[in-house]
Amino acid sequence: MADITARVTMPTSARKGEIIEIKVLARHTMDRAVDAPGLKPSPRRIIHSFRASYAGEEIFRMALSSGIASNPFISFTTVATETGVISFEWLEDGGAVYSRAATLVVT
Amino acid sequence: MRVGAALLACCWVVTALAGDVRAPRSFLSPELQALQDDPARHPGWLWVEQGEALWRAAPPDSGKQACAGCHGDIASMSGVAARYPAVASDGALLNLELRIERCRAEQQGASAFGYESEALLSLTAAIAARSRGQPVNVRVDGPAAARLADGRRLYSLRQGQLNLSCQQCHEENVGKRLRGDVISHGLGTGYPAYRLEWNGVGSLHRRLRACSLGVRAVQAPFGSPDYLALELFLADKARGLAVEAPGIRR
Amino acid sequence: MADKAPTRRMVAAGLAVMPFAVQAQPMASAAADVNRSSSSENFAEAERALLAGRTPIAAGITLDVPKLSENGNSVDVLINVDSAMTREDHVRAIHILSEQNPFPRVATFTLSARAGRAEVATRIRLATTQNIVVLAETSRGAIHRAEQEVIVILGACVDGG
Ligand code: HEC
Ligand code: HEC
Repeated sequence: MADITARVTMPTSARKGEIIEIKVLARHTMDRAVDAPGLKPSPRRIIHSFRASYAGEEIFRMALSSGIASNPFISFTTVATETGVISFEWLEDGGAVYSRAATLVVT
Repeated sequence: MRVGAALLACCWVVTALAGDVRAPRSFLSPELQALQDDPARHPGWLWVEQGEALWRAAPPDSGKQACAGCHGDIASMSGVAARYPAVASDGALLNLELRIERCRAEQQGASAFGYESEALLSLTAAIAARSRGQPVNVRVDGPAAARLADGRRLYSLRQGQLNLSCQQCHEENVGKRLRGDVISHGLGTGYPAYRLEWNGVGSLHRRLRACSLGVRAVQAPFGSPDYLALELFLADKARGLAVEAPGIRR
Repeated sequence: MADKAPTRRMVAAGLAVMPFAVQAQPMASAAADVNRSSSSENFAEAERALLAGRTPIAAGITLDVPKLSENGNSVDVLINVDSAMTREDHVRAIHILSEQNPFPRVATFTLSARAGRAEVATRIRLATTQNIVVLAETSRGAIHRAEQEVIVILGACVDGG
């Protein structure tokens, strides 16, 4: 499966109960559907959903439309509860899913 | 015309000495300045990320080494972008893009990435990012001197249906608004840059093509001798200013 | 890029990426999904559907968007909803609506008490100068509303390179 270029910025460690900020960027043109006279019609091809899970449980989700800028940027927060993997998934029109993961150490 | 050019040449020297060629970033809105400084939000870093991956990857099925195979970690490229464009051993003036393409062809025996290809932009951005904050310091003596002179001549040459030179906008009208833009000194230190207008990263030559089009002049091809000479002239003008690449621009 | 505490090094996933195979449990679905909006829906219809008969509270949301956007291709939106984010009372969905874009539903964020703060940010496209509307639904069924005009400056048309 093709991959996506993505960046996740978050702390590597946090104290229990601390609210951490997570910022993600993914490389995607977020193509709107083209259906206009004189232009070659093409279907929409965007990242339509993003979700984040923490130690297996979903903590955040976003539904995106073609009104989201290219190379979508998303920022959100979560409470550090336990040491674990925070995983990220970008879902593309057509069914592709791209993922990344990072570990948060909770002290 | 000749008197004017002489006068302008003199002014240019004075300007450079007075040090009032301001960094491109100082013309950005506070929001874009903050974005340029924040890799967590700056989409240009996606290209850096990809460039670093390409740096480590050997060209497929070539039996040849990755860039990293010869050069080691990309950290070894620190300061390189600040010295480009530069004249190569064979006398050709190369900017960073063309220097990379040369390694691609001669050292890796692979086909060119192509100017403005995503791969070349990414590698250029990744290498340039290693010089971020370092002062521009191009060589303009020896074989570069003639190319610098070409660049200076082109810079003050009136072009296009609007009959405007680079200088008329980027020296005589600095700080003025042109529709949505504030005219800067027109330097190249932020390139490759992520332009909101492009929804992506583009090279300095793409930006120069936009300026050429803006005055309804013929756009020179990417990597053309004219744009290379201009690039060298702009780098000399930016001497001492920090490399900003990957910049963020509207 | 200020790192406050030395133990909290920031990571970019490019470096910290690792393969993983954790099966994520989906969260209870929020009211509306932007992908379910029909293409013919206009702004008023989208807002009405999200309000679902409730009267919005015109307070409690800080909507941070530039009053003057330099380029409609990318407009920063930062939303902060005043909420304790407890299990009993938290913001469960935040919607961004656009009055003038071809599709009024721009994005929906689904949160839980685990967020700690009801604070999200993204970048949106704006076709033209218009109002941005944000609706925030709480777990108790209340709905908050904020609105802000964004003036989109047109480009200098010197592109084409
Ligand atoms: C087989 C070895 C080899 C490989 C592979 C290679 N290079 Fe090079 N590279 C060199 C050598 C040798 C030089 C110096 C050439 C010279 O000075 O004329 C050089 C010079 C450079 C320079 C200019 C450095 C300076 O200080 O001016 C850059 C930039 C560069 N290479 C980038 C790359 C990139 C990007 C790749 C991968 C696409 C790559 N190289 C692959 C051997 C290699
Ligand atoms: C009609 C006025 C005009 C002319 C003539 C013009 N430019 Fe520009 N140029 C602009 C505007 C407006 C911008 C965008 C705002 C800025 O960065 O200055 C720009 C941007 C640039 C930039 C990008 C600066 C940055 O930091 O992003 C460079 C480099 C540049 N011009 C070089 C040139 C060169 C070289 C020429 C001559 C071939 C030229 N320009 C001719 C108006 C002009």
